[in-house]
Amino acid sequence: MAQTVIDTANHIAAYAAKAARVQVVAAYPITPQTSIVERIAELVESGEFDAEYIRVESEHSAMAACMGAAATGVRTFTATASHGLVLMHEPLHWASGSRFPIVMPVVNRALGPGWNIWADYNDSMSQRDTGWIQFYCADNQEVFDTIIQAYKLCENERVLLPAMICLEAFILSHTYLPVKIPDQEKIDEFLPPYKPKWFLDVNNPLSHANIVSPEWYMEFRYMMQEAMENAKQLIPEIDKEYGKYFGFEHGGLIDKYECEDADLILLTMGTIGSEAKITVDNLRKEGLKVGSARVRVFRPFPKEEIRKLAENTQMFAIIDRGISFGMEGFLAEETKSSLCNQKDQPLIAGFIAGLGGRDVTFKTIEKIARKSAEWMRRGRVEKETVWVDLRK
Amino acid sequence: MQSTKFMESIKELSKEEYLLRGHIACAGCGPAIGLRLLFKALGNKIILVVPACCSSVIPGPYPYTSLAVPVQNIIFEATGATASGVVAALRKKGVNDVTVVGWAGDGGTFDIGIQALSGAAERGTNFIYVCYDNEAYGNTGVQRSGATPYGAWTTTTPTGKKERKKDMPFIMAAHRIPYIATACPSYPLDFVKKLRKAKAIKGTKFIHLLAPCPTGWRYDTSKTVEIGRLAVQTGLWALFEIEYGRFKLNPPSDQLIDKEKRRPIKEYLSLQGRFRKLTDDDIEKKQKWLDEDWERYHKLASNNASDLALCEEI
Repeated sequence: MAQTVIDTANHIAAYAAKAARVQVVAAYPITPQTSIVERIAELVESGEFDAEYIRVESEHSAMAACMGAAATGVRTFTATASHGLVLMHEPLHWASGSRFPIVMPVVNRALGPGWNIWADYNDSMSQRDTGWIQFYCADNQEVFDTIIQAYKLCENERVLLPAMICLEAFILSHTYLPVKIPDQEKIDEFLPPYKPKWFLDVNNPLSHANIVSPEWYMEFRYMMQEAMENAKQLIPEIDKEYGKYFGFEHGGLIDKYECEDADLILLTMGTIGSEAKITVDNLRKEGLKVGSARVRVFRPFPKEEIRKLAENTQMFAIIDRGISFGMEGFLAEETKSSLCNQKDQPLIAGFIAGLGGRDVTFKTIEKIARKSAEWMRRGRVEKETVWVDLRK
Repeated sequence: MQSTKFMESIKELSKEEYLLRGHIACAGCGPAIGLRLLFKALGNKIILVVPACCSSVIPGPYPYTSLAVPVQNIIFEATGATASGVVAALRKKGVNDVTVVGWAGDGGTFDIGIQALSGAAERGTNFIYVCYDNEAYGNTGVQRSGATPYGAWTTTTPTGKKERKKDMPFIMAAHRIPYIATACPSYPLDFVKKLRKAKAIKGTKFIHLLAPCPTGWRYDTSKTVEIGRLAVQTGLWALFEIEYGRFKLNPPSDQLIDKEKRRPIKEYLSLQGRFRKLTDDDIEKKQKWLDEDWERYHKLASNNASDLALCEEI
């Protein structure tokens, strides 16, 4: 029988690693990820979770150890946040380039200075070009399901890339929510053991990650780009298949809500997307045709779906919990870039909100939606990027 | 288990080669000799973890390699950590007849890789870590490292390095790992014996191989073996082991405690262009430090209650 537990997203992530029958975990603690690695330690030491657990001395080494384990042909897991993730920047590139299907929850936390342990997407967003698949979750159930789905996706021969499962600090990491954990037998059926085509094997010696000259380097990079395109196709399929098995689907690449007839679409990520649904319900009552589209997968970026949404709406209001300094919000950038060369583009307004853990409630989003609706009626966006609730 | 009877002659070494012809090491490359000996000592049931260093270039570019064992090339500072991952995965898979070897240069060991190595050692990771030390960043064109000795020219110390070399084996001794040894390719049997001994011991084993580099040290490519011998005979490179915390000098270094038996360091220094600018004062300083080191070795070798970090099998 599937079991319903009420627990934090961090503990749920640990249970998902166990349910995925991860064989090697290498991790280093960092707030607010710590309760993932603590729970894994408890599960491993009690014998409930049959994995090797390497308590490394840094996040850089966590990823380096995961690579060693993945290269030896086992399913691997780590988790990190914020400064830990950016310390990993170099091995992140090496892991994706090596085509290791490592899965890693990232508890999104602000980068210093000054020290701030609260929710912010600049940590994972600054890793968007590392060749990792990036999922962004909106609740604890999605964290569990996405970890299982990610192994299935990443280990697919047409993908073979690592994935980050991003979840916001405290809003999810330390918040208790009910989660349905399916039967292990069924999970095993959905996610069979990892069978790599190659691994470090004395009976079949091969050298991995050798020097590659300009004659070959581009081809390897092209294969990574192809793998991302394949992932874009497979993510919705795997999400649907998961839904058939376990009854939960999360919208594939974009979780859409009331978008069919919407004049204004709130484009969001993570928990801001859950709040946006409440805003949509409230404003619909007033007759405002608003919809919500929560981008669940940021890499590969769902360009085509964004274009489809753009065809039938008048305006996008894009909310970013992060900022690319000197430009604008990350989601705003990618959305605009996706619409280049398209006819009849909607108006687009970008909103920076919730940096360093500042609350973004359905009321904040309501303000954003009303301002956007006003600009939509006038047919003109007055400010390209608005910093929401900024102190003067 | 490895037999305790060790070979007496280089002729007894395996004829098998796992560093194949066609590698692209410089002529007279000390590390390449070391790598060849490593394979002869350990055979091919090994997995090699190689960070950025000369040895990531020596096998040649994709799609070819001259290494006939499984190799994971990895980022510069990560050897200890990546080897930890390989060891953990092998244990998970129930594979227990494969030796994991980290093969890293001095930069990847003394400097950028010391954290990952320290972590792996502290965790008691069951692997052999060999630092092949050519006393500079050779691969990038001879820049100074924490292993470059005092007074040596490098491209980033054009007037000679002003600081002393780190004492890496003793840093590792402080980690209470079961086996530490120094070696030099000019003494191949000594190196092979130490590798085989290391293979039979469970835990982290650290072997520090002084590997002369004609390109960086500025000497004739025919003199690599001679330079290595002189390093040992002058006492500048002492061959020793620290087994479970017990220090022991190995031949021929065990005969060099008496200062008179050590050849003058000038014989070693004058053969190398990198020491060309050493003044008599510099040489005197180096001599003084060397004598102090040997007093320490003497004390450690004769003291049963060693003052090193003792270690026992857990």
